[in-house]
Amino acid sequence: MTMLPAPARRKLGLVIDLDTCVGCHACAVACKEWNDGGQFGPLPDEDAYGAEPLGVWFNRIHSYEVQPEVTPDSQGNGPLQQLYKTGFVENAPAMTVHFPRSCLHCEKPDCVTVCPTGASYKRAEDGIVLVDEEKCIGCKLCSWACPYGAREYSEKRGVMQKCTLCVDRIYNESFAPAERQPACVMACPTRARHFGDLGDADSAVSKLVAEREGYALMPELGYAPVNRYLPPRPRRNGCGDKAAAADHTETLDRDQLPPLLRWVDKLLSR
Amino acid sequence: MTHANLKLHEPVGDEVKTTTCYMCACRCGIKVHLKDGKVRYIQGNPDHPVNRGVICAKGSAGIMQHYSPARLRKPLLRVGERGKGEFREIEWDEALALATQWLGDIRRRNPDELAFFTGRDQSQALTGWWAQQFGTINYAAHGGFCSVNMAAAGMYTFGGSFWEFGEPDWEHTRYLMMFGVAEDHDSNPIKLGLGKLKQRGAKLLAINPVRTGYAAIADEWLGIRPGTDGLFVGALIQELLNHDWVDFDYLVRYTNAHHLVVRDPGGADDGLIARDAAGTPLCWTRDAGAARADAVGIAPVVVGEYTLDDGRRAVPAFQLLAERFLAAEYSADAVAPQCGIDAAAIRRIAAEIADAAFRQEIRLPVAWTDVWGRQHSEMIGRPVSLHAMRGISAHSNGFHTCRLLHTLQMLLGAIDTPGGFRYQPPYPKGVPPANRPGKSRKPDGTLDAGPLGYVHAPEDLLVDAEGNPRRLDKAFSWQHPLAVHGMLQSVIANAVAGDPCRIDTLFLFMANMSWNSAMNTTGTRRMLVEKDDGGEYKIPRIIYVDAYASEMVEFADLVLPDTTYLERHDCISLLDRPISDADGASDAIRHPVVQPDRDVRPFQDVLLDLGTRLGLPGCLREDGSPRYPGGFPQYMVEHERAPSVGLLAGWRGRDGSREGTGEPNPQQLERYKEHGAFWHAEVPAAGRYYKMANRDYLDWARGLGFVGSTHAQVMELYSERLQRFRLAAQGHGAVQPPARERERVARYFDPLPFWYAPFEWSHVDLARYPIAAITQRPMFMYHAWGSQNAWLRQITARNFLYIHPQTAQALDLRDDDWVWVESPHGRIRVPVRCHNGTEPGTVWSWNAIGKKRGAWKLAPDAPESQQGFLLNHVITELLPPRAGGYRYANADPVTGQAAWFDLRVRIEKAADEPETQPHRVEVARA
Repeated sequence: MTMLPAPARRKLGLVIDLDTCVGCHACAVACKEWNDGGQFGPLPDEDAYGAEPLGVWFNRIHSYEVQPEVTPDSQGNGPLQQLYKTGFVENAPAMTVHFPRSCLHCEKPDCVTVCPTGASYKRAEDGIVLVDEEKCIGCKLCSWACPYGAREYSEKRGVMQKCTLCVDRIYNESFAPAERQPACVMACPTRARHFGDLGDADSAVSKLVAEREGYALMPELGYAPVNRYLPPRPRRNGCGDKAAAADHTETLDRDQLPPLLRWVDKLLSR
Repeated sequence: MTHANLKLHEPVGDEVKTTTCYMCACRCGIKVHLKDGKVRYIQGNPDHPVNRGVICAKGSAGIMQHYSPARLRKPLLRVGERGKGEFREIEWDEALALATQWLGDIRRRNPDELAFFTGRDQSQALTGWWAQQFGTINYAAHGGFCSVNMAAAGMYTFGGSFWEFGEPDWEHTRYLMMFGVAEDHDSNPIKLGLGKLKQRGAKLLAINPVRTGYAAIADEWLGIRPGTDGLFVGALIQELLNHDWVDFDYLVRYTNAHHLVVRDPGGADDGLIARDAAGTPLCWTRDAGAARADAVGIAPVVVGEYTLDDGRRAVPAFQLLAERFLAAEYSADAVAPQCGIDAAAIRRIAAEIADAAFRQEIRLPVAWTDVWGRQHSEMIGRPVSLHAMRGISAHSNGFHTCRLLHTLQMLLGAIDTPGGFRYQPPYPKGVPPANRPGKSRKPDGTLDAGPLGYVHAPEDLLVDAEGNPRRLDKAFSWQHPLAVHGMLQSVIANAVAGDPCRIDTLFLFMANMSWNSAMNTTGTRRMLVEKDDGGEYKIPRIIYVDAYASEMVEFADLVLPDTTYLERHDCISLLDRPISDADGASDAIRHPVVQPDRDVRPFQDVLLDLGTRLGLPGCLREDGSPRYPGGFPQYMVEHERAPSVGLLAGWRGRDGSREGTGEPNPQQLERYKEHGAFWHAEVPAAGRYYKMANRDYLDWARGLGFVGSTHAQVMELYSERLQRFRLAAQGHGAVQPPARERERVARYFDPLPFWYAPFEWSHVDLARYPIAAITQRPMFMYHAWGSQNAWLRQITARNFLYIHPQTAQALDLRDDDWVWVESPHGRIRVPVRCHNGTEPGTVWSWNAIGKKRGAWKLAPDAPESQQGFLLNHVITELLPPRAGGYRYANADPVTGQAAWFDLRVRIEKAADEPETQPHRVEVARA
């Protein structure tokens, strides 16, 4: 049993924009590279060139499909019949969501309180949840306690590993200030990842969350995650585009006016 | 209870060096951190104009590529039968002496018997020059099987192209249409752009049979059927014309829409542009009749038929375009069933893009001066932009489809205007650029020009007196006249068939032609070991250069091992494939950040060493001593393509004070290393749009040596160049195609873009093969050689055939079932997965994850070879024989682009077989 510190004002975390995440895995690999060679590494790989390549990753990307029900068309044809009869399917398209998953640095992390040795702990000053490998006995209680699957056990090293929010980058005075950010945030090619203090309502990340109605993952479980996800923006698939829709009802009566004639008197300037 | 030793301020490593990534074609700037002499961490360079600090999955995984166990370690000489992978390690002296002997014999006999092709083609400024020095016409890089349709259509239409020679205006566009699978070229700049675009609330429309990656974050996805994009765009054009949603002022200022086209059916001038005595195109004005089309202050007409002074009849080019696209075949109703996109949706999209272009017009308060000397107080923009890559390109109708895309852009006034598609310097430099492919050898054995270039007229083709192809790959022949990137995919089959010729040595650099870069992979592997009656291999010698133990290595007679990208010099030159962005010109270098721990040498150094040993004129001084004893770094600095023009544009002149042109600077590479390994020159603010006719831009570009003149570059709505080939096919002009090619040339050299069905559709029974099959690359594994990467293969080590759930249901398929994918060319047994974001008439897979067992130093039971597969086995490299037995390449008839995505298949559930049985290939042909 490990005690949590008193709730801190400062809550460092990530804000991840699901509207622009294209599922490219840049954040995951940058994280792996940074941490593999750093003081929280190595992040061992098992069977790296073999049948079942597996390894420790602090950040993983999952892609999900969300599919509305497919309905038969007006003649009662199912999709394949529609396809071969008419060439297309009256089918609401699927939506794909890419979902990066890493430690959420919860305010009430059971992964910490279940730790029998104090290896798993939450930093008082910024809320980052870390594992002190020297104290870790590899009992895996913390990974059972985490409902988000954010902990990664290394068979090779016999210890639990996890996202450190790049604590060895974000304060690092040997870096230029602009580079004092987690490796995943630095790498993200669509700039879908943001880092900052979610305990400060005036911080850029807090404002972003307010503006975009960012949400916590499964808050009903009571762990009070710090990280936030920004939902996909409403898709403009044309249904609501009234201005443009109004225009295209206009049709040309080609019998009345052969199309080319319209341009005969067009006065153009070069 | 804190970490006793938590170090919050530890430096990354002992040293940091900036260089350029090579994990894909983006060429991002990277900072490589070293610790104890080893690579510790690779991050994006925040100052670099390409990636602005970000780095993709491949870039970060570069560390594992660098330390891969699959790296070759020493030159190899084949000792067993070819293809068995039996080699003996030899010293470099022996390897280079052998290569010199083989190549020297060829050069003395007939330089064209060397076929020199590079797969990764970012050293063309060197390799193309070397081929020219050697004197072979048989040289190219990989564009023929990549996206030459896209490159050629752009260059011949407006002097730029998607990806490398232009980009969407990420800052201002309000509507971006992305066509086809396009998740690779380019990676980080597109991702950065999409992030910005979505933040601004611009609409992203994906027109793509597959919804993954970029299409997944699109506002709207139209699951189009492969090969029908040209119909969709044709219907959009019809809608724009119907509603008069056209920027006519833009058309007559910057395109040839008003140029008069002679109507003289059957005549030698039919379809040519009417010109005055000085050769200047003519247009028609209501006040003054015929007038020079390049005059300003005139009001040209765009429709009507007019009589020229010499009595000939002529119509403005725009009228011909309008007549074509107002025809019923391009109506939304007509194309909808073929595209699989609802007609109402097509009309709505047309209305949306017109709304964005005209109602959301952009006016930037930036003053500029046009090439005619007129001053403008603002820049008017049509904020609709397009992007397309292989999905459009990899069809036999890709050239014209891509031209259709550019036609749409021109009608909207959306090329190089704010919010539209923007040129990247040094482009535009001619529509198309002036350089023609070399054709003949000079007395010193060198070719009269580089082997690749732009064919402008039939006279430029590489054909013999009978009109037969001269090049091994048949590029620049009547079969594929505008094959500006060559046709690497045809090289092996043609050489083995002796059609049009046999060769002696095939010299390949990083081209996996026995595997994922081959059409008909099984057949190609057989051809590589095929012997003639005398027991000699039909391709007598194969020299192969690679850094890794790829599938191609085992077919080589001599293997010259390359270094990794962190161990050598490279040059990302403006003379080659630029990394510029629309706001600035850039070039860059690589330089060794670590030394090899193996007996390997940089390919570029080896090439120059071979050139010196062979006595190639450019590799020797006048006294016969080596010109570049310092290898490629010396060449990068000292080589001059023309006086004062070298590979690198930055820090030129003896003292490094010049940009663009200037004498070689001995300290040039030092300056690059001090400046992040790149050079960047910003386009002046007044020159950032209308580059084709902007004096501020063209003066700047001429100052850097990018263009020779500051005349307007006219975009070609109507291509007179294509018409000249058609006229030749109709029996006009000095150089005409042989009789058997005439019908084909006449049909496909249409001066206006059009849609035709992909060739495969007319060759196969579509009732038996109802499903289209395509491939794409995952973002994290864009090259074949990335899929052996220890980290990347943890993301995916196998691929599936993805199929729409309803299609799967109709075929009684569930996830992980095995199916036979059958084409007329063979069948493969592969596992399936359902994927809603797939057009129901299409199946697809990730390309190049499947590996040959034993290659890339992967374990024999690695999933890449056990379950991973290639669709290549069922894709043919040749179309079926036509009357007389001749077989054309399965390629675009204009450019020679490999028609990968024309593939049609049948899917059948495979009977249960033992779990351990890997995927299986059965090829139909003998």
